[in-house]
Amino acid sequence: MSIESIDSREPHFPKMYMSKGNFNRRILLDKIARKLFLSATLLALLVLGVLIFRISSQSIGWLNIKFLTSNLSIFPEKAGIYGVILGSLWLMLIVAPITLIIGVSTAIYLEEYASKGKVREFIRINISNLAGVPSVIFGLLGLTVFGRLFNLGSSILAGGLTMSLLVLPIVVVASQEAIRAVPNFLRDASYAMGATKWVTMRTVILPVALPGILTGSILALSRAIGETAPLVVLGIPTLILKIPTGIMDDFTALPIQIYYWTLDTVLVPEYINLAAATIIVLLVVLFLMNTTAILIRNKFQRRY
Amino acid sequence: MININKNNNERNIVFDVKELNLWYGNDKALKDLNFGIKQNDVTAIIGPSGCGKSTFIKTLNRLIELIPSVRIEGEVLYNGTNIFDTSRSVEELRSGVGMVFQKPNPFPKSIFENVVYGPKIHGLRDKRKLLELAEISLKRAALWDEVKDRMNDNAYELSGGQQQRLCLARALSMEPDVLLMDEPTSALDPIATAKIEELIMELKKEYTIVIVTHSMQQAARISDETAFFLLGELIETGNTNEIFTNPRDKRTEDYITGRFG
Repeated sequence: MSIESIDSREPHFPKMYMSKGNFNRRILLDKIARKLFLSATLLALLVLGVLIFRISSQSIGWLNIKFLTSNLSIFPEKAGIYGVILGSLWLMLIVAPITLIIGVSTAIYLEEYASKGKVREFIRINISNLAGVPSVIFGLLGLTVFGRLFNLGSSILAGGLTMSLLVLPIVVVASQEAIRAVPNFLRDASYAMGATKWVTMRTVILPVALPGILTGSILALSRAIGETAPLVVLGIPTLILKIPTGIMDDFTALPIQIYYWTLDTVLVPEYINLAAATIIVLLVVLFLMNTTAILIRNKFQRRY
Repeated sequence: MININKNNNERNIVFDVKELNLWYGNDKALKDLNFGIKQNDVTAIIGPSGCGKSTFIKTLNRLIELIPSVRIEGEVLYNGTNIFDTSRSVEELRSGVGMVFQKPNPFPKSIFENVVYGPKIHGLRDKRKLLELAEISLKRAALWDEVKDRMNDNAYELSGGQQQRLCLARALSMEPDVLLMDEPTSALDPIATAKIEELIMELKKEYTIVIVTHSMQQAARISDETAFFLLGELIETGNTNEIFTNPRDKRTEDYITGRFG
């Protein structure tokens, strides 16, 4: 049987809607789209490149061991950021445990214990909204509550609590998502053995959700370590010569020191070099934290 | 201990279901069930998809209550007491009534940790006893020889059929009285299915087994009693041989002869 004979028995599809011209136009559009999206990506990379180039060239000769190990000073050639780095570390020492404990507990309650109803939905939406509130607002809240009401002033504790409020919603949302991603058949298996909710949580759900929780929390912490506005509002002093040794001490942190030095470049031009060197340090810290988050995520990715 | 004679009609009723009704929101899923499950029987629950088989079996260990919209009326007596009685904890019920699910669902832990999960969370800490219990349970689930040298491997390195037997061993480690099986072979190949069926025949000497199955042949092969569900109703229940050779209800006959479902 020849092909024509098969064809003659099949009804022909009327080719009245398609034309070659249309086809070529779509291929052209596709090529244009590709170039458009590529240039958008390149633009972002370009900005990053310019930033890194500028701060690198400005910090050459300034970023060295002496800069990392000596204390602040009004004389640029003597100034170092040892106390500033310690200030940021102290801040994390407050923020990390507070946000982890309260954030994960909140997520556990909302996901596993709270009855699924309108109230829970209301709380959930509000926490998501909180994650988007500008940091300066949290600064004002911190100033009112921790700074003034609890009379903590601009101490490490006041700064740490304020930063905790700022990143808590992020930790809650990330933990909720990690807990929700644990497949239900694992819960069923545990409950069917007579396990309580808490036992199931502790032995099955948390271990599986932990990498996700940690990844989200580290990213939240890296936000806290780079935030400036809440600390400005709290009134962190511009020049702190004393190295902080406890949570009630005054302190300064990396982003706020960058801010103050940049402000004062009109007085001392070399401050711009100090700011650039500090930016490099901050970027390295952020890069390390984000790399840790990615490593954790990759290492613990599980197969079901 | 009572000596259990398979031909004795006076055997204990383990689960006595009385006027059981269940709703998902406004949809009635189980309608006026009255039904007894006898000790050391394999009771097969058959019926087309969506007839309430899985809902029913998950009601027996109250796992169905994990779905928030579920509402239950009626009684299920387990060894004489109502399982919905608020004075008895659901955890206690579930430690006596083990379950194997449709899809193998081991924990992402080692094989050993999987088998001893139940005893461990219920307070058994002695490492030597746990090892002993793991060996006994795995032997009962006919998995011991395949895994004895790799107890610390992750359970997900096992094949699907092995995983399902691991889940069976995990349920057995609690030394339950009843085993609920919700289509335990539907995700398995024929060879793995045959192994599980062989195990069920072996296990019924010691346990009361309730199994939901889609396969009529499976029900006929392994069960003593069969219950036929249709749209949430229990249409017919009785001796498997009788149901398959001489069904009383026209709908049962239509289903087992393959006219629908």
